Amino acid sequence: MKFRIYRYDPEKDAKPYLQEYDVALDPHDRMLLDALMRVKAVDDTLSFRRSCREGVCGSDAMNINGKNGLACVTNLLELKEPVELRPLPGLPVIRDLIVDMSQFFKQYHSIKPYLVNDERPPEKERLQAPEDREELDGLYECILCACCSTACPSFWWNPDKFVGPAGLLAAYRFIADTRDQAVNERLDNLEDPYRLFRCHTIMNCVDVCPKGLNPTRAIGKIREIMVKRAV
Amino acid sequence: MSHGVGDVGKLPVRKFDALVVGAGGSGMRASLQLAEAGLSVAVLTKVFPTRSHTVAAQGGIGASLGNMSEDHWLWHMYDTIKGSDWLGDQDAIEYMCRTAPEVVYELEHFGMPFDRNADGSIYQRPFGGHSANFGEKPVQRACAAADRTGHAMLHTLYQRNVRARTQFFVEWMALDLIRDADGTVLGVVALEMETGAVMILQAKATMFATGGAGRIFAASTNAFINTGDGLGMAARAGIPLEDMEFWQFHPTGVHGAGVLITEGVRGEGGILLNCNGERFMERYAPNLKDLASRDVVSRSMDQEIKEGRGCGPNKDHVMLKLDHLGPDVILKRLPSIREIALKFANVDCIKEPIPVVPTIHYQMGGIPTNVHGQVVAPSGDDPAAVVGGFYAVGECSCVSVHGANRLGTNSLVDLLVFGRSAGNHVVGLALPGKAHRPLPKDAADRTLARLARLDSATSGESVADVAAALRTTMQAHCGVFRNQELLSEGVRQVMEVEQRVQRTAIGDKSTTFNTARVEALELDNMIETAKATVVSAEARRESRGAQARSDYPDRDDVTWLKHTLWYRDGNRLDYKPVNLKPASVEAFPPKTRTY
Repeated sequence: MKFRIYRYDPEKDAKPYLQEYDVALDPHDRMLLDALMRVKAVDDTLSFRRSCREGVCGSDAMNINGKNGLACVTNLLELKEPVELRPLPGLPVIRDLIVDMSQFFKQYHSIKPYLVNDERPPEKERLQAPEDREELDGLYECILCACCSTACPSFWWNPDKFVGPAGLLAAYRFIADTRDQAVNERLDNLEDPYRLFRCHTIMNCVDVCPKGLNPTRAIGKIREIMVKRAV
Repeated sequence: MSHGVGDVGKLPVRKFDALVVGAGGSGMRASLQLAEAGLSVAVLTKVFPTRSHTVAAQGGIGASLGNMSEDHWLWHMYDTIKGSDWLGDQDAIEYMCRTAPEVVYELEHFGMPFDRNADGSIYQRPFGGHSANFGEKPVQRACAAADRTGHAMLHTLYQRNVRARTQFFVEWMALDLIRDADGTVLGVVALEMETGAVMILQAKATMFATGGAGRIFAASTNAFINTGDGLGMAARAGIPLEDMEFWQFHPTGVHGAGVLITEGVRGEGGILLNCNGERFMERYAPNLKDLASRDVVSRSMDQEIKEGRGCGPNKDHVMLKLDHLGPDVILKRLPSIREIALKFANVDCIKEPIPVVPTIHYQMGGIPTNVHGQVVAPSGDDPAAVVGGFYAVGECSCVSVHGANRLGTNSLVDLLVFGRSAGNHVVGLALPGKAHRPLPKDAADRTLARLARLDSATSGESVADVAAALRTTMQAHCGVFRNQELLSEGVRQVMEVEQRVQRTAIGDKSTTFNTARVEALELDNMIETAKATVVSAEARRESRGAQARSDYPDRDDVTWLKHTLWYRDGNRLDYKPVNLKPASVEAFPPKTRTY
């Protein structure tokens, strides 16, 4: 199978280039990650992150034939050859397919991604109605792979100011949690021309999310609550 | 990367009260205690914390909350001891099962998005080997967040650590343990993956939470990062490894891909079928059937396949049927399973069964510890003397609550209970007021020599080839059923692979995010884990839990009711007694194990 893979090692390359590979696959190789391991077996200088190989850890996000996705759950049969692999767009490249995700995590951390409830907890669990718990479905499953934020033009232009789809999805995950007591602070934290309102509903995030989540919907919900709060 | 050997002074040193290596469930549960108590704590991790393998746990956390029907921690204790085939230490199991509800409630208070019952309490599902009233009937004890319990738990723990401002060293790999002349542990030598920098992280307490080594087998549910790093480091530092012959085969890995299908599928009512469409577990475990302990189900599946009742053109797997649960239950309780089956097996489990096969999943053995997470090793007359400054928690440790076979959902509860207890123990040492012990001059020698060899080797064995040879050997010689011939040959072959490990070479010499170097260093840890496994298994001439020997089909409590200790030095074995005395309740004496 033929590949064109983005290569860059700051120690020896003045600038990035695309390297072509043609590797023989095993009949059992099913996913793009399987093929990448074949490439690495013949060229151990190719660097990429990977871990769970089942789409739950979020390590191997990359740009695959122009679209962000996880290598481990991208079926080889879906890919047009030569398969062009590039690092996630918009973040600094450390080496080859490995990007520096600091900015992405900084935005995630900026929304205070933890439950805030200063009441003394009961001896057992806090009760939550099943329908209240269902509000968290489609939100808590995020794996922080950054496919969405790095597919978002608003995040490309303002990665330091716009929280981005992943961070905003997480923000809404806590706003929507009936156990959380910091809704107002969370909204204050986002009420800013950039942090929330740079979302122009381009919906690339929804298009690329490997878990089928919908950050645009979550962003819309936050806006609705903000509007309601203002009147 | 050019650091001289014999002079620790040239390496940068960073000092902390406590150092945790690994940011999975146990590491982050421990670091939370440490950070909230105000200690200076560093958490070192090969991957961003939420990418740790805890994230892949699916089914649930075992705790006798009794939300669905009556339950009791003593019943959980009994199930765990029986599941362990009486090799688990009963004091540790007692502590874990009694504490389990408390740590689950805490996790809920931290924000864990558990599924809920109509009354708002945490939803619990049935699971393998979970019973009410000492084996009488199944009980719903597995606290679940759909089939993503590990993901929800790991993210919740990370989030809570963000709140506590825990300091993480992300994409750092610990390479070796530092011990002084007294044997006290002083920290680790570590590699920053992004820059290739080598540094000493010095601590008054060092805790390993490095996870398992499931990647030493060819067919594994485990993530690529599970290479037994803590076990390799401990073994090289002279610490024994306990009960390494016991490896759990999960009954339901996707055939061919190895990806895990939770036992929760059978908990929700899924059943296993052979090629005749027969629910064969009724023959092997008339009472709990498909929800018998994992070792029992895996052996039964293997037996069906061996006797020609496997499915598919090669008759090499069985089928997991769940379509009868209906789309509502599948979409609500098992959504990720549907996704996995679609992606990795090309089947829609709402309509068709999933092809499954027993697949390596969990390492019951590990670094020996007590219930406080303190690492213990025989010294003089004391079979469990504390190794100063050293803790281990989670899958890399052996406390031992899982004995010869772990009960489903007990891995997550183990992480929470012992992560917390070890964290609390370290907090109790009042470390902030104490001085660091001096580092020995040769603290980093062994590590620097390993790195120098990899840097200078221009030709040699490929790391990928040697790792593949190791996995193939382990798969062939340490499988579901073992015998003397297989194991003796396995020992010989693993020793051969060890020679090859010492001759590896990498083409990548860059200092920037050199993953080839990381994989070569991981192989150093995998080989120690593999040696410990095959040597311990070869010596144990009985069948107990996950160690099933066709030449010694029975459990032998007279000779073998004891823990194995493997030492790297000379491949030596030693043994220590099983603790059969719980602290507050009557012991559960060994008896015949049927489900």
